Parts: sequence; C-alpha cells; structure tokens
Amino acid sequence: MDITEVPVSQTDSKGKKKKNKKAKKQKKSVEEAESSSGVDNKEELKMKSEAAESAFPPTFSVSEIKNKQRRHLMFMKLKQEKRKQKMQLKKKKKKEREALGDKAPPKEVPKTIENQRVYDETTVDPEDEEVAFDEGTDEFSAYFNGLTNPKVLITTSDRPRGRTVRFCEQLATVVPNAHVYYRRGLALKRVIPQCVARNFTYLMVINEDRKIPNGMVLCHLPDGPTAHFKISSVRLRKEMKRRGKDPTEHSPEVILNNFTTRLGHSIGRLLAALFPQDPQFVGRQVATFHNQRDFIFFRFHRYIFKNEKKVGIQELGPRFTLKLRSLQKGTFDSKFGEYEWVLKRHEMDACRRKFQL
Amino acid sequence: MDERGRLCSVWLGSETGILKGVSLSQKNAFNFCNTRHLSREQEVRALCWGDPAESELLVASRDGTVRTFSTEKGSFTEARVCGEPEQGCFSGLALNGDALITCVECGTLRVWREDRSEPVTELQAGKNVSRMRQNPVQRNQVATGGKDTGLKIWDLDRPEQPAFTAKNLRDDWLDLRQPQWVRDMAFIPDSQKVVTCTGYHQVHVYDPSTPQRRPVMEAKFGEYPLTALSLPAGGSTVVVGNTHGQIAMLDLRKGLVCGILKGLAGGVRSLQCHASQPVVASCGLDRFLHIHSLDDRKLQHKVYLKSRLNCLLLSSRDLEEAGAAAAGATSEEVKEEEDEVWDTMEQVEEAEEKQKRKASGDEEEEEEEEEKEEVKEKKEEVKEKKEEVKKSKKKRKKGQD
Repeated sequence: MDITEVPVSQTDSKGKKKKNKKAKKQKKSVEEAESSSGVDNKEELKMKSEAAESAFPPTFSVSEIKNKQRRHLMFMKLKQEKRKQKMQLKKKKKKEREALGDKAPPKEVPKTIENQRVYDETTVDPEDEEVAFDEGTDEFSAYFNGLTNPKVLITTSDRPRGRTVRFCEQLATVVPNAHVYYRRGLALKRVIPQCVARNFTYLMVINEDRKIPNGMVLCHLPDGPTAHFKISSVRLRKEMKRRGKDPTEHSPEVILNNFTTRLGHSIGRLLAALFPQDPQFVGRQVATFHNQRDFIFFRFHRYIFKNEKKVGIQELGPRFTLKLRSLQKGTFDSKFGEYEWVLKRHEMDACRRKFQL
Repeated sequence: MDERGRLCSVWLGSETGILKGVSLSQKNAFNFCNTRHLSREQEVRALCWGDPAESELLVASRDGTVRTFSTEKGSFTEARVCGEPEQGCFSGLALNGDALITCVECGTLRVWREDRSEPVTELQAGKNVSRMRQNPVQRNQVATGGKDTGLKIWDLDRPEQPAFTAKNLRDDWLDLRQPQWVRDMAFIPDSQKVVTCTGYHQVHVYDPSTPQRRPVMEAKFGEYPLTALSLPAGGSTVVVGNTHGQIAMLDLRKGLVCGILKGLAGGVRSLQCHASQPVVASCGLDRFLHIHSLDDRKLQHKVYLKSRLNCLLLSSRDLEEAGAAAAGATSEEVKEEEDEVWDTMEQVEEAEEKQKRKASGDEEEEEEEEEKEEVKEKKEEVKEKKEEVKKSKKKRKKGQD
C-alpha cells in the first residue's frame, strides 16, 4: 500500500481533488451512520471499518469498491447523506429568511433556458412603422381588415386510419366553418385551384405515420403562405379525463401566447386567421395557441365566471403540440416554392437558449 | 441626410418599397424612403449604379418606374416611366453609357435614351424572362434567360438577332424534352463564357466562342431551385444560392462544390460578390443581410432589415473602410500620424529582436552541437555493448543447439 502521487497534469490533479472530497464525505457518512444506528450486525461493522480504512488513501471513491452489493450499499448511504445535508441547508436558509422577516433578500429566480433566452434582433416592436406596414399589407390583411371570412378545408394524407380520421373530425368541431373531405388520392397542387374556386381560405392537411398523426400542412389561400408543422402528443377527446361536454358551434375566442419575433408574428397571424374574427362570447369557448420554447401547444377550453373572483375552466379537447418545420411563400409547392424560413437542425438549434418564434 | 448616403456601402431593395442602405463600418442601417407614402406598388425589383463614380443609384420598382437616387443628397432626384405594370415586373436593369436598358418578365427588352420618352430599341427575348444581366466589360452586351427560354446573348448594336442562342440539353433516355429554367447568369471576365444557374438545380457554363451551343460544363448543387449567382473576383469559382437558403461555392473547372456558406434561414433572392475583396453578400426572404468571407466561409456580418429583401448592390469601395473614409478628414490625419509613429517603432523593435534572436540562436546551436556529439559517443558505446551481448547470446544458443 504505498501510493506515490505523481502530478502528471492539471486535469488529473483536479480529478483527484474531487475524489478527495467524495472520500471525506464517505468518512463522515460512515461515522454518522455508526453513531445513529448503534447496534448493527457484525458484518456491516466490519465492512464499515474496512471502508474507513480504504477511505484513508486520498483516491477513494465508491466506484472503486469491487463487491457489487457493498458498493450499492455504500452508494445508497452516500446518497442519503447528501440528501440530508441538502435538507438541512434548506431548513437553515428558511430559518434565516424567517428571522430576517421583511428584510430578507428577494428569492432567487431559477435559471431556465427561457429566461436566459438569447436576444433575438427580429423581436417585433409594436411601434415600428415598417413592420406594421409589412404586416398590414401581407396576405392576411384581407382577413384582418374584415373583408373575408375563413373557410377551412381539412383533409389528410392518402388512406387515413382510425386516429387520424377522428382527429380531423374533432378539429372540424373546433374550427368553425370547416369541412372535412376525403383525399381520394388527389395531388395537393390540383386540390388548391379547386379550393380557391370554391372560396376556401385555408387548406389543412394532416399527415400520418403508422396510424398516428405526425404532420400538418397549413396553407393559406389564395396566395400563401404555407406552413409545415410537426404534430406530436395528440390527445383525442375520448382519451381525456375530466372533459366537458362536446363543444358547441359558436365561434371561439382565440388566445395566442408568446409569439414575439417577426417569424412568430407571421405564424400567429396564420393561426389566428383560421378562426372567425368576431367570437361569439355566448359560447364561452377559447382556443389557445401557447408558444413555449418554439413548441406551440393547442388547448380548447370552456370557461365560466363563477363569481367576481373565480373562474372555472373545463377542457373540451382535443389537445396537441405543433412545431414549425418551415414557412413557405406562396401556396403549397415544396419543390419550386421559395422558403421564408426553414428549420435547419444542428445549425439553428445548436444553441438551446435561442428561440425562433 | 447626405451624410448617411455617403456612409453606406451596401444597398438593398425591399419588398415593401423601401431602399435601404447599410454601413458596415458604423454598423448601422438606414431607410431611404418617406415612411408615409409606403406602398407595395413601389416594391424594388432591380438596382444598378447610375454612373461610374457610384454617386447615383437606379431603382426599378414594380409599378414600372425607374427612379434615380442620389447617394450624395440621400434622396430621390428624378423618376421616369419605363413600361406599364401590366407587362410584369422588372427582371433586369442596366446602364450602357447614357442609355438605360430595362427588361420585364414578359420578355420585352427596351433601350431608353435620356432625351426621349419612347424606347430607342425594343426586342422580344422570350416569354418568361427571369433575369437580364449586362456584360461588365462589353457594356452593349446583355444576356437574358427564363422559364422555357434558354440563354440568349444580345448585342444591342444589332438588336435584330441574338448574338448567341443556347440550345437545350439533349433529350433524356426516354427521348423526353428537358425542361429549361434559367434563373440567373453572369459573364465570366476575360473570356466569352457565360455561367447560368437554373431552377432545376443545375449550373451551366456556355461558351459562345466555340460552335457548341449546348453547355460546355454542367454541375449540380442540392435539390432545390438555384435562384441567384455571382462570380467572385479573380477566381475560377461561382457562388450560387437556392430557395432553402443554402449558398455554395462551386468550382467552374470541374463543377465540384468547394464550400458551403451557412447561417441563412430563408431563400436567397440576390447574391453579390465584392469586386475586389473576398466577401459575398446575400439577402433574401429571411429579411437579413448576410456577409460571408469567401476565404474561411465564416459569417462576418448579419443585419436584420425588417422587410423581405429583393435585390442587393455593393459599392466597389472597401466595405469596411467606406464609412470611415467618409467620416471626416480629421480622423484620417490622426490615423496617418499614428501610422508614422507605429512604423518607426516597428522598425526599431524588429531590428532589436532579430539581433537578439540571432545571438540566442547561435549560442543554442553551439550547445546543441556539443550535446549531440556527446550523445553520439554514448550511443556508439551502447551499440558496441549491445553487439557484444548479441554475439554472446548467439554463441549460447548455438551451444544449446
């Protein structure tokens, strides 16, 4: 047992330091465990003493114990010890806070990737004239000026299976003035002129993979833009707990949350233009598109004002999550269309704190 | 007003009808437009310099007018109507001496003189012309091309017949006609060759000096339509961009990809390489101006400009220093003084350092030589010993045998 330490490099010595710390904790845990448990079977005592011995050299760590059962035991103890310390620290802090009373320092806000978000220069300033003009004259301006009423055609990829069909039906109950059509193997580029001729303002195509809906193409008519979303975690009405009665045919209110950048604004406008502009408040229904970390969560609720302070809500379903894949200028043309924005993986999402919407 | 115009080294035309100038040295962007009279009708489709000194800018907008913008005054000075908006947007704009050359998407190419309101010459270059470009050396030569109309090179002194008409590619193995869609072209300097990029992700090189009218070189990049192209200064490469925002450098000799420029989110509308520096500027639907270095392919500048950008024009000055030069003479003087100071200091330091290095180097060499000799001797000794040992071992082995 003669260990001579040879400092090879800095990194190595650091590693050893860490190990030292662990070993110290180990010692503590062993001592305390002894004092607390008092009488234990002899085997364990022996083992502890051995462990204590083996803890003497500075390069000891739990992973060096070769007996698996013992290693496991020691590891569990180490963990318990750590948790205990953490709890003590917490209690101590709480006491301090109570003792200080009003003078206590404000609680630290936990760091999340959202509040550490990298500043996006495209964030829309509501007073910006140029962006306002750009938005005021874009393809949705007819809808937002109240000139057109939305009319939506919902269809699927070829030969949809059970879940996708039901999903489409339920979407049609959420979006007013929506018509579900069977695709009949038609090409989208041939469907679009027919839709335009019949005054549809939206074409929504649900794509499926192995009976699970996984994609959505949302094409604004007559002249674009087209957005391609990934759909995930679809929950149909039947699969939801504590669900309200089926939705009524009133046009719902729409809530759009956290669409801040220029791209986010375009997507927000695209989603908002799906619903009639003047909601019927009698229906007390709300459709929510909540953007968080570039995922758009859709929820459909019914609310009631119980009294002046309390509001009750009831989810009506379905719920699903969208993630933007691309935004294309013009109607659907994946081959020759010009893309306004394309998600480039490993290039755009290399920074986890950078968000696009 | 005038100060801003002189600072800018990059000019961009946007879809909202705003002319934008970007000063890279000051890291600033300016809008040159009256914000009260914005309209999509004034969407800028083409830009070109109005005079060789680059003090005037010609801006072609969608409603068929060509406006002159003075960078000295920072405002629009005159406007003239060059065609009706029904004939489609401008696909190209060029200046030949004092004659203005315009081309619209329906294929009408016109030459305008300053004193007359009617075009001097008018010719039909095809049905859907996507782009018209001028030969920067022979300024009376222009090239046109578009969907289902191949590349044509026109000599404006003889507008009856095109000087060169490209032939379509050979029919494929099913004897079907190959589709044609020229999206952009450029004249290769110091030769008669023309390079084009197509909507079917090909890059073609045509050589009018040879009897072959089909492309002499074909290269492919990616799987999306190539929309813009530009030739870097003094190189055998071409930079192309496509609708997905991928920009690549292609070698014109073999047609191989020799580098990809990253950082764009949306389709490229316009590309331009600087006349002398190894940089390329690109703009497009993602509303950003990107400036990449062609040497290390790194992104140098990224400017958000709030509207979708259609076209781009670089000044031939040094991009970074353009603003600094215009900023004022006083700063220049100071700089010169500083330069002088630095020059003198450098000389002294270098000389000293060299001497030092020489001295130290000599000593070290001597030492090293001595050491080497010693080592050699030692090695020899060791070798001898080893040989002896080996011999003895062999003897032993023989004995055992």
